[in-house]
Amino acid sequence: MSAAKNINITLKIWRQKNSKEKGKMESYKLNDVSTASSFLEMLDQLNEQLVNERKEPIAFDHDCREGICGMCSLYINGRAHGPDTGITTCQLHMRMFNDGDTIVVEPWRSVAFPVIKDLIVDRTAFDRIQQAGGFVSVNTSGNTIDANTIPVPKDDADKAFEAAACIGCGACVATCKNGSAMLFVGAKVSQYALLPQGKVEATNRVLNMVRQMDEEGFGNCTNTGACEVECPKGISLENIARMNREYLSASLK
Amino acid sequence: MKLDSKIPEGHISQKWTDYKDHLKLVAPNNRPKIDIIVVGTGLAGASAAASFAEMGYNVKAFCYQDSPRRAHSIAAQGGINAAKNYQNDGDSTFRLFYDTIKGGDYRAREANVHRLAEVSGNIIDQCVAQGVPFARDYGGMLDNRSFGGTQVQRTFYAAGQTGQQLLLGAYSSLSRQIGLGKIEMYNRHEMLELVKVDGKARGIIARNLITGELERHSAHAVIIATGGYGNVYFLSTNAMGSNVTAGWKIHKQGALFANPCYVQIHPTCIPVHGTNQSKLTLMSESLRNSGRIWVPKKKEDSEAIRAGKLKPVQIAEEDRDYYLERKYPAFGNLVPRDVASRAGKEVCDEGRGIEANDTNEGVYLDFATEIQSKGRQTAYAKGNHNPSQEEILSLGKKWLEEKYGNLFTMYQKITDENPYETPMKIYPAVHYTMGGVWVDYNLQSTIPGCFVAGEANFSDHGANRLGASALMQGLADGYFVLPYTVSNYLADDIRTGKISTDLPEFVAAENSVKEQINKFLSNNGTKTVDHFHKRLGLIMWNKVGMGRNEKGLTEAITEIAALKEEFYKDVYVPGSSDELNPELEKALRVADFIELGQLMAMDALQRKESCGGHFREEYQDSEGETLRDDENFSFVGAWENKGYDVTKSELHKEELKYEFIKIAARNYK
Repeated sequence: MSAAKNINITLKIWRQKNSKEKGKMESYKLNDVSTASSFLEMLDQLNEQLVNERKEPIAFDHDCREGICGMCSLYINGRAHGPDTGITTCQLHMRMFNDGDTIVVEPWRSVAFPVIKDLIVDRTAFDRIQQAGGFVSVNTSGNTIDANTIPVPKDDADKAFEAAACIGCGACVATCKNGSAMLFVGAKVSQYALLPQGKVEATNRVLNMVRQMDEEGFGNCTNTGACEVECPKGISLENIARMNREYLSASLK
Repeated sequence: MKLDSKIPEGHISQKWTDYKDHLKLVAPNNRPKIDIIVVGTGLAGASAAASFAEMGYNVKAFCYQDSPRRAHSIAAQGGINAAKNYQNDGDSTFRLFYDTIKGGDYRAREANVHRLAEVSGNIIDQCVAQGVPFARDYGGMLDNRSFGGTQVQRTFYAAGQTGQQLLLGAYSSLSRQIGLGKIEMYNRHEMLELVKVDGKARGIIARNLITGELERHSAHAVIIATGGYGNVYFLSTNAMGSNVTAGWKIHKQGALFANPCYVQIHPTCIPVHGTNQSKLTLMSESLRNSGRIWVPKKKEDSEAIRAGKLKPVQIAEEDRDYYLERKYPAFGNLVPRDVASRAGKEVCDEGRGIEANDTNEGVYLDFATEIQSKGRQTAYAKGNHNPSQEEILSLGKKWLEEKYGNLFTMYQKITDENPYETPMKIYPAVHYTMGGVWVDYNLQSTIPGCFVAGEANFSDHGANRLGASALMQGLADGYFVLPYTVSNYLADDIRTGKISTDLPEFVAAENSVKEQINKFLSNNGTKTVDHFHKRLGLIMWNKVGMGRNEKGLTEAITEIAALKEEFYKDVYVPGSSDELNPELEKALRVADFIELGQLMAMDALQRKESCGGHFREEYQDSEGETLRDDENFSFVGAWENKGYDVTKSELHKEELKYEFIKIAARNYK
């Protein structure tokens, strides 16, 4: 481990009391931040300082702090999940910053993700898209066929897994100039389209999920590819292409 | 109070089938007249909610996260066990049952564990049908790997993200029912009280975490599936929000809390970096399939490593102590978690730890041997029978990347070290809690109508859980047990009708929550919630952690009592009750952790034996292995709450009977 040291930083953070009131950027100075700390541990430290000064701490979403739950969602120095690739905000470490840096922290910005408070946004639109068709309609009785009855080519299984690795954090939407959710939806559609178990209702699934996506107010995809760059799980643009193919063939049926 | 586990009669292999066949049913036309509340949307909660909704009940599901998909089951890495015997290595339902009982150090209920093993195969069938993308081999069949404490390959996996894929599978079923209008989903809601009417669980008080509003929700049955209580140690592999509050509230309302001292300390986590650390990250047990655990034989070498004067690769083979392989040749690096953790603590206590942090606690998990052997194998498979060292290294690393890529990346992001080049540093950390709310064979607590599933209950893992069994239990409870046993209970409720939330019991419950919230907000103390949580964590880790003794436990009970007084006197909680207020959420959770911590120390003190994850230093054999006392302690310790003073809690004992397994010393040598 490169030796940890302490740095002093300035933070500019979006503060907004609730969904109705207007927000603004505020500045905070924070000293003695260990470079071995994670970004969120740095925010914990700031909050501890604020509470001790009888000021209101900063609200931000986080839970597992190991890059898998998808809850953390900060826009740091103009990048979703901050200045590193293939990570979530909770995996960003302070060794990425230098002594004296000013760090700008904002919530996800998108029409479909309204701010709830400070850095917390409402991402339930993703849940509703999933509810519209992101499943296989099988009852949970356990009385299905034996798991090895239908062989699945390894290549298909691997690709389905890669698509299914999406954590639903919304970085793709936040980083897209159009606020498009095509990478998120494409990944889910692809996972099922690649597996025999999902093929049966593939037509309805893609139509329903895309309809819900449009209703939620997400923008269109113009193939910029920013989403793929910022995706912490490396979800590929191929998934969008696959969804478009699925959508086209479903629309023609 | 007499504890009735309601274990059915008959041969172990027939109990569940016969029992199920005679349970009462609720006819499809009556199910829409019945409401069920499910708290928690991890594997157990999401699968239960989806199943109930599918059957036709009205379901309300609650989670504190912004989406049910984020429950902490998602972080499970390694895999899920099932007795499918796809690998033809002699596996069977009985063997999975036996391994789980033995792994739990003979402190789990036979009947529950056998049921778990019986339904394990169905879980895999179900998940595949849902589109869960498990790892497959080139023939298109499901792949398996080994986990600790077993000599077969029964673990199904999806890279290092098995929990994620299984949870998303359960979440997809849940989402389908939400979309169909059969489940009302309450995101960002936290249960803060159970409502009992005429002694039965009839609803909950939940706080809307966005608006702060307290809501009353009624139902004919309440399912608690809120996970484990590892965060009582402050630092653990649990999610930051994981808490014991739902379980503790029902405990205070009369549900017994069983075996709270059984905590699993996972051997392979990334060591602590400093005082600002907020959580610990697990490196999956599956890595022990490929990694070898060692520390230097000589203290001087460890000191030099910590001082940065030596690198691990510079330590010669003969100067390394592969202590698990040395002590446990039959299982080697794949001994169960409790055994591996204690062995790690032992070598660090001897001064041979390699991490340069406050406590020097850390050991190596080394992949160099596996890189060589897998590199050579892959070269041969490609027809290259004379590979150069360079080719071997490159192929070996590629093999590792395919198998564990995401874990290696995660490790590198956190530590800034490349585990393909230098061994990983690991150390034990609190990971899973085997103890939990006491439940009978139906998974019902001592409160009628209040059922508890998954990690939140105590039932299946005894004093130590084997790897890849938590996911199995969560889904078994939710998909294949609760739908039967809860229906049996609800069969008497078809004429009850809707439960009114205007009943005085709801008003009283809401008022008590309101009072607690107001007390915190008007307390105006001087210290933050985290301040107290960290202090609690230190007491727990040092005195109720990996090694426990009478003196330390007695001190812990007194120290926690004092901490509790100080907490209520001096905690400062900013903000108000009618807004999103994370500090308030934490305060409410820490209040319950403090009381639980005290009970854990009491439970550890009364259990004068060592078993599984519970290691009492006074009770060990000449080689430092756990010394069980089956004559006096073959029981489930279930505590009854007696009010504010936790030390007044009363212990009830459920005797454990082993009819089908011969109880023996647990030997992995």
